[in-house]
Amino acid sequence: MTATSEDILGTAAAWKGQGRGVALATVTLTWGSSPRPVGSQLVVDQDGHMMGSVSGGCIEGAVVREAVAAIKDGKPRLLDFGVTDEQAWDVGLACGGKVQVFVERVG
Amino acid sequence: MKLETLKAVQAARESRRAVVLVKRIADGAEALVYGESVDGELASAPDVLAAARAALASGRSDTVETSAGKVFLHAFVPARRLIVVGAVHIAQALVPMAAMTGFDVVVIDPRRAFAADHRFPNVTVVQEWPDEAMERLKPDATTAVVTLTHDPKLDDPALEVALKSDAYYVGSLGSRRTHEKRKARLTEVGISEAQFARIHGPVGLNIGAKSPAEIAISILAEIIQTHAASGQPAERPAKAA
Repeated sequence: MTATSEDILGTAAAWKGQGRGVALATVTLTWGSSPRPVGSQLVVDQDGHMMGSVSGGCIEGAVVREAVAAIKDGKPRLLDFGVTDEQAWDVGLACGGKVQVFVERVG
Repeated sequence: MKLETLKAVQAARESRRAVVLVKRIADGAEALVYGESVDGELASAPDVLAAARAALASGRSDTVETSAGKVFLHAFVPARRLIVVGAVHIAQALVPMAAMTGFDVVVIDPRRAFAADHRFPNVTVVQEWPDEAMERLKPDATTAVVTLTHDPKLDDPALEVALKSDAYYVGSLGSRRTHEKRKARLTEVGISEAQFARIHGPVGLNIGAKSPAEIAISILAEIIQTHAASGQPAERPAKAA
């Protein structure tokens, strides 16, 4: 395996090794023209540093907030994003697609 | 996600072994399903195991309803490989771009001055004769091969192995005239017309590339295009928004 910027799990392990609180967000379902395929991942630490992506950048802010909360309370979360979401103006997908993102603490 | 699970997935990826991570959405319970073995209680339900094996075969991740609840099947299949013959200037541009795109990259060049490690940081450089290295690396249906040396005694033996393999892309640097001469030489060693026709030559998409980096982009673009057309699942991005 070549070391690339896409090695999200490697980054998660490395951050964990540095003693940081770490969470992973994973795209588990998509509908319509979602920007990133199922399985795409974002790694987040307790301070909100992130690597990778679960969208074209439109929902990462909200996902990072939930990830930081998951690091604190240890509870996994399933997040839904889409144009019909009530938070549409904050985190709606401009492309009109919908995605489901699973967020969980590592370790 | 347990740290042990994460490390097990990483170990599988490093040894180019396919694995499916089964995860129950409700509580985050996990299991790992490999081609021949299973690790984790969650995958003991026959329908969960069957769904995981299907994901392992297709390389596609998905969320499915099972007798054990709603589970996410995260398929980690080995990355596409790119074998570059010739540690030349174009390779110096092509290799990092291909790595960034998600390819496992191997560079082959028996010439010490070219194969020097400092020219290709973080990449496997094999300092062997191309035919021997290629026989050992065994190009498969997830492998692309491109020859860049311009030297028949290095390019031709590598092409011979590549054309007899399942490699989904075979490209070779050289002008039309060079390519015609190559055809004559390879025909003499028993490569058929149909086999030779698999070579992308002149190599790369015609974007008017001139510099080594531009030529590298045209080659990588052609490899991506060929891969997408072949319908393989690995790392194929969804349609852009």
